Amino acid sequence: MNPSGWIVMLLSIGSVVGLFTWCIYKVLTIPEETEHVHGFEQETPDVK
Amino acid sequence: MSGSAVGLGNFLRFPGQVAEYGGGAFMLAYFFSFLLIGLPICWAEWAMGRQGGLKGFNSAPSILAAITQRPSLRFLGIIAVIIPVIIYMYYVVIEAWCLAYATNYLFGDMRFNETSEATEFFVNLIGAAKDGSALGFDIKHVGVFFIGVFILNFVLIWRGISKGIEFFCKYAMPTLLIVALIILVRVLTLGTPDATNPDRTIANGLGYMWNPSKQVLEVKDADGEWVREREIVDANNMEDATAMVADNKDKRLRQLTAFEQLSNPNLWLAAAGQIFFSLSVGFGVIITYSSYMTKKDDIVLSGLAAASANEFCEVAVGGLISIPAAVAFFGVSGLAGIGLSTFDIGFKALPMVFSQMPAGMLFGFLFFFLLFLAAVTSSLSMLQPGIAFLEESLNINRRQSVAILGFIVAMGSAFVLYFSADLKALDTLDFWVTNLLMVVLATAQIIVFAWVIGIEKGFEMAHAGAAIRIPKLFKFTMKYVTPLLLIAILGCWLYSSVLGYSFDPGKPREYTGYVVDLFIEPNAIAWMGVGLIALTGLFIFLNLLPATHFKPAPTAKKGIK
Repeated sequence: MNPSGWIVMLLSIGSVVGLFTWCIYKVLTIPEETEHVHGFEQETPDVK
Repeated sequence: MSGSAVGLGNFLRFPGQVAEYGGGAFMLAYFFSFLLIGLPICWAEWAMGRQGGLKGFNSAPSILAAITQRPSLRFLGIIAVIIPVIIYMYYVVIEAWCLAYATNYLFGDMRFNETSEATEFFVNLIGAAKDGSALGFDIKHVGVFFIGVFILNFVLIWRGISKGIEFFCKYAMPTLLIVALIILVRVLTLGTPDATNPDRTIANGLGYMWNPSKQVLEVKDADGEWVREREIVDANNMEDATAMVADNKDKRLRQLTAFEQLSNPNLWLAAAGQIFFSLSVGFGVIITYSSYMTKKDDIVLSGLAAASANEFCEVAVGGLISIPAAVAFFGVSGLAGIGLSTFDIGFKALPMVFSQMPAGMLFGFLFFFLLFLAAVTSSLSMLQPGIAFLEESLNINRRQSVAILGFIVAMGSAFVLYFSADLKALDTLDFWVTNLLMVVLATAQIIVFAWVIGIEKGFEMAHAGAAIRIPKLFKFTMKYVTPLLLIAILGCWLYSSVLGYSFDPGKPREYTGYVVDLFIEPNAIAWMGVGLIALTGLFIFLNLLPATHFKPAPTAKKGIK
């Protein structure tokens, strides 16, 4: 791997890891945010 | 959080696309697509879905009609129901392949000495040689696994969150990440697995994957045109190649710069396509799930967090496993011989890697079980848009909807499973749905969000309950840049993949196999595949005709407006 390859790889991985970490940090540090952040969880009201 | 978004695309499709389209150069186009297409559509879908949910609707047709106050826009939502239903029909078959591979790693003999053995196993398992040949009910054929996977999906979706899916997702996703990280560490510590081939190293695999500029060895073909023979990634190979070129006038070494690669429209199409596929945007899934959220929920951070989790799995994990490992064992030329498609890497190259790796059977089992878990979480979410649509349009309860949808997708999946020769049925469905319908839906959704609803009101909808703000720059992006990019992508795709023109001046017009199958040399299975998509659309259309029968679902969050 040449130096530019290392740079691209580290920047790419660094940016996605940074973004993911920032999101986790935000979710965990904003009060009650864990209650208000949802994903594609399959908890739909029609199953009740 | 990102159960639907993390799937086969992260671990198989992404590495193949990066390697095929220039490594580091592809990543530049990929991140542009993520910022200018993926995130904008993602936020637009979350915002429109939640707004529709607040009005009491959970399926895309009624959501689009309700939030714009234009009943005719419900017909646009047809595409958002067709896409997940059709993709489910073949996705569940691929899911069964993964389970079959994992099972064979546990109980069968998966030690391959030659690539041809791995290819033969794959061809026999999926029935690629002859229609109907996948239907054997032993562990060497996918039939029995398909039935098991199909039943598992419907048991989980039938029983609902409290008893089935929650349990599954609670353990499946963390397991997936742990298994992926174990394999990643193993791959990155492989070094030089075969001392007799010192050029076959993990470092060269990473170079093949990530170097933005490429050294390629080209050879003159019969017409005197220079065509790429292989990529050169290390010093030893470069010395050999330089010596070879010096002795042979029909061969040359050429450096492909990142800029030169980025001037290829196909690279941008591939990068945007990968973003669509992996983030599940333009899929019809996000708009349905976000409709179950309340006004207090944070859809801006929810969307960003789901996208970032997906990107983490794709770039930081998926991007470091398959291709580097395959290059370490076979070298660049060996990998080129096997192929770079999603299925080639996952089901032919990697089994060869596991065959030659210490504790390879264990890692093989873990890898394919990981893929199976990722696929199940994705396929489960593909069912909800169809269920929500049937509940609303036929005014029936969830279990009745599940039964009807189960019958429809069982017919479609049986079609894909039976017509397995050359994967004609699967390929046909995939090509028209992912290349055409997904881009059309995404384009329509961003136009509805930014122009019909209005960008200011759209942002207001998105920011309700949000702890973070979408940067203001995205107002301009979502109103002008994203729609224009999507229209350009659609135009380029029609120009090259449907009309058969090449972006490379001088190359003759050549239709893709999918167009040939329909119009040049009509193929019955290809026509049946397109007919299946059309019939699904017709079924949805007929259910949408009476505009007045849309009533808010009984579970609507009344009072939260």
